[in-house]
Amino acid sequence: MSAAAEKTLQVEVWRGGTDGAYESFEVPAQENQTVLDVVTYIQRNLDAALAYRFACRVGVCGSCAMTVNGRPRWTCRTHVSRVAKNGELKLAPLQNLPLIRDLVTDMTPFFEKWQAARGRFVPGDGPKDRFAQVPPEEKQRADANAAIECINCGVCYSACDVVSWRDDYLGPAALNRAWAGYNDVRDGDRNGILKAVSSGAGCHTCHTHQSCAEHCPVSLNPTFSIAGLKRATLKASLKGELSE
Amino acid sequence: MSAAGLTRASRAHWGFVAAMVHRLSGLALAIFLPLHFLSLGLAFEREAFDGFIAWSNNPMVKLSEAFLVAALAVHFAGGLRLLAVEFFGLTRAQSIWIASAFAFGVGAGLLFLLRAF
Repeated sequence: MSAAAEKTLQVEVWRGGTDGAYESFEVPAQENQTVLDVVTYIQRNLDAALAYRFACRVGVCGSCAMTVNGRPRWTCRTHVSRVAKNGELKLAPLQNLPLIRDLVTDMTPFFEKWQAARGRFVPGDGPKDRFAQVPPEEKQRADANAAIECINCGVCYSACDVVSWRDDYLGPAALNRAWAGYNDVRDGDRNGILKAVSSGAGCHTCHTHQSCAEHCPVSLNPTFSIAGLKRATLKASLKGELSE
Repeated sequence: MSAAGLTRASRAHWGFVAAMVHRLSGLALAIFLPLHFLSLGLAFEREAFDGFIAWSNNPMVKLSEAFLVAALAVHFAGGLRLLAVEFFGLTRAQSIWIASAFAFGVGAGLLFLLRAF
């Protein structure tokens, strides 16, 4: 066995609920190893009771996000060599979400806000007669495109300061989704999206810290999406389209 | 469970630093404003105003004036950064560079003005 293979990682893992504590594990270091590999090693070889979440392991499903050395990350695409400090890892659940146990949070508020921001498509009437033509180079198509690839991992939601200050803030992911939907000209009630995101703690609650854009694993920029919603709601309200 | 506060690892990026500088400089300016109005109000009472001017020659007061000028410059630049991001959709790096340049320019200009009197 080579010297590299005998090295170990010191891994601190959050155990229990909010009143829990970190527990230390020693995990064999590999040359190529993701943070999710480390968590899986612990669960399969050291403590089968460890609760964590994953599915696809390749950065598509968005279920394995955790706090790694203080920063929210998608663990399946995060190489240990990039984030470990002196062979040490500190793994905690995502912040700003209710903790269930160990590394698993309850994502319910995250998805409820997705709905509250009208993050779903509303069909128009008579699609047969009014088939929308959307040229790929059109600005709205480009704006929707820039925001569409969200994997719902909750990293931005966990990194957002405003979410940590205000329980009712819709958060970067839901608002980013709303911006993508707003730019879909086929949607039958685009003003409904603006109403949903501009009432209560919606887009105007954002403080433009840009933590969401900083941490998004797929390099989306929710801050700019939210800025787009701010401009769109301002214009619509000046025209009186948001009142009734 | 995790360290909250300004040093949280997830906050170690320019957007957060810029937002904090903007907010704290705004706070400093807000605290200064009553003093500013007080001194303006004293201008109607010659003796008190002369006394105030004499007091403001104190090196410590001069130093804090320089801090205020800096606060004004960075707060102005912070506002421009927000406008750049929210109205013109500039990238983070662009907005930070533009704001830094404005802060430097405005700060230098205001300091020059201060020296002129």
